[in-house]
Amino acid sequence: MTELNYSDDDLRHIIDQHLSLEGPMLPILHALQHAFGHIPARARDLIADALNITKAEVHGVISFYHDFRDNPAGKHIVKICRAEACQSVGADALAESTLKKLGLDWHQTTQNGNVTIEPVYCLGLCACGPAVMVDDRVVARVDDAKMDDILKGAGA
Amino acid sequence: MKIYVPLDSVAVALGADELAHNIATQAAARGIDVTIVRNGSHGMVWLEPLVEVEADQGRIGYGPVSPDQAADLLDGKLPSLGAVADIPFMARQTRLTFARCGIVDPLDVADYQAHGGLAGLRRALGMSQSEIVDEVTKSGLRGRGGAGFPTGIKWKTVSEAQADQKYIVCNADEGDSGTFADRMIMEGDPLSLIEGMAIAGVGVGATRGYVYLRSEYPVAIRVMRAAVDAARQAGVLGRGILGSDRDFDMEIRVGAGAYVCGEETSLLNSLEGKRGIVRAKPPLPALEGFLGRPTVVNNVISLASVPVIFEKGADHYASFGVGRSRGTVTLQIAGNVKQGGLFETAFGTTLGEVVNDIAGGTASGRPVKAVQVGGPLGAYMPVSKFDTPMGYEEFDQNGGLIGHAGMVVFDDSADMLKMARFAMEFCAVESCGKCTPCRIGAVRGVETIDRIAQGDSSATELLTDLCETMKDGSLCALGGFTPFPVMSALTHFPDDFATHKEAAE
Repeated sequence: MTELNYSDDDLRHIIDQHLSLEGPMLPILHALQHAFGHIPARARDLIADALNITKAEVHGVISFYHDFRDNPAGKHIVKICRAEACQSVGADALAESTLKKLGLDWHQTTQNGNVTIEPVYCLGLCACGPAVMVDDRVVARVDDAKMDDILKGAGA
Repeated sequence: MKIYVPLDSVAVALGADELAHNIATQAAARGIDVTIVRNGSHGMVWLEPLVEVEADQGRIGYGPVSPDQAADLLDGKLPSLGAVADIPFMARQTRLTFARCGIVDPLDVADYQAHGGLAGLRRALGMSQSEIVDEVTKSGLRGRGGAGFPTGIKWKTVSEAQADQKYIVCNADEGDSGTFADRMIMEGDPLSLIEGMAIAGVGVGATRGYVYLRSEYPVAIRVMRAAVDAARQAGVLGRGILGSDRDFDMEIRVGAGAYVCGEETSLLNSLEGKRGIVRAKPPLPALEGFLGRPTVVNNVISLASVPVIFEKGADHYASFGVGRSRGTVTLQIAGNVKQGGLFETAFGTTLGEVVNDIAGGTASGRPVKAVQVGGPLGAYMPVSKFDTPMGYEEFDQNGGLIGHAGMVVFDDSADMLKMARFAMEFCAVESCGKCTPCRIGAVRGVETIDRIAQGDSSATELLTDLCETMKDGSLCALGGFTPFPVMSALTHFPDDFATHKEAAE
């Protein structure tokens, strides 16, 4: 998914696809991130041009939302739920032991570049926590053993 | 042979995709002709993946079925649960909004119609705008997203507003921990939401709709998009819906991980492509909403309840409930519970009945300590308040809020000071930054709770004062309601705050 070689035309092509929408900004940002794994810095100028707003406004939007990244994440993103329902069944301990095992803090990536650990606040799996999302795949009732399998599968 | 394997996130997170694959493979190896239907969940989380096999006497349930039990299922070696509708957790419910969820194929319009779908929209298409709005008002339906504002009044304002374009916006940014009703209906019966939005569109004269769906729900996003396509193909959406002269079409938009975008004005800004900053009201979104046009902003469950109100009539819907809380409430029982899931029932059941009786107490087997009702901004209810009936006013009178009707159960190992601190920390992380009490207050709140933890008893008064300021001075519910979990923890569980003090001394 991470493609570092892109031209202005590549970026413009993605931006242009959404310009007929009402409120095209978020769809554009999602599409760019889907294509490149992050929002390329250069895209900010092109979005500003296309939507007739300032670069500062574009930056303001990108930086407001947890989902959008300035830099590519690891190959896989493992999101651990930190919300109350998962806490009630031991999510804190799971998160702590996972980060410790990997020697990471939240938002950091393993040295081999394979796995980034992110917090998430609720995946809607509140009666079968602790819950985890690996890229777009949800996993419930995660304990240390299940987490080991997840991390192994993701190449951590 | 027809086999139902849920596509609901819960089932998938517990292996349903792998299970469906294994059933197909094993059936092929045995030369059995099997059709696998990916249905929604019935809402009994502890039984997921709950598989149903169609037999002569109807659908027979099995669960939980792990992926490696596919062969046993086909060979009839698994113990059955009987008919799902007869399981006590299901039999005790009154399902109006969720009547079809778990039963129908979510993407099959014909199946939807065979189970009562589109009858409501057909009826609405024969009514005038004011008749439609009156019907909703008469049903007593109130916003199920948390605020409990009468839906009919909101629709009336939009209906009477003059504009070249009006919108229906569905708030599917279900970020509250302990809530999953929106997700379940979008995955299990998405057409009911689509039908509800179409009725709203016809009722207020809006031709365009948006569902603002959080990015943390990949399955719901996929199912909703497919359902919109299916509805369009079947003529439920588009020009001249169901052969009438009314138009309505809609789109699914994906959020980007900001909790505050569940607040309606922040959601509208986000939908417009701006930072999800809260807007001051007035102007009301009903008059100046999406792109400055009159907009109905309703929660998923509110809109998904509309079809049944039109199918069976407002009086039927209003005949359920208690006081000013009419109809059914879709309780979401979560956290440390033995039998969690979705339980739809008439308003009025008590909190204790839900936690002890329906949910069977904690999963850990330890005593219940607290139940947080209404999400991260809801109060922690102690066991002493278990006789509070589920109703908007009833909870309000007991220092809580029913919110989106999610409840998170904690056993006696929970540290309530830690939970209070988390509430403040969460508010600090998710604050949109527009108003000072929320932006700064939440940060100071974390620091003040840390002082209490370190034994500074004078900080308790400061925390109380800070909570008052946040409550009175915040622009929206994020800053305004964070004091609910904090103060309820402090008031009902003083020992958790005192122990730390003593330990430090």
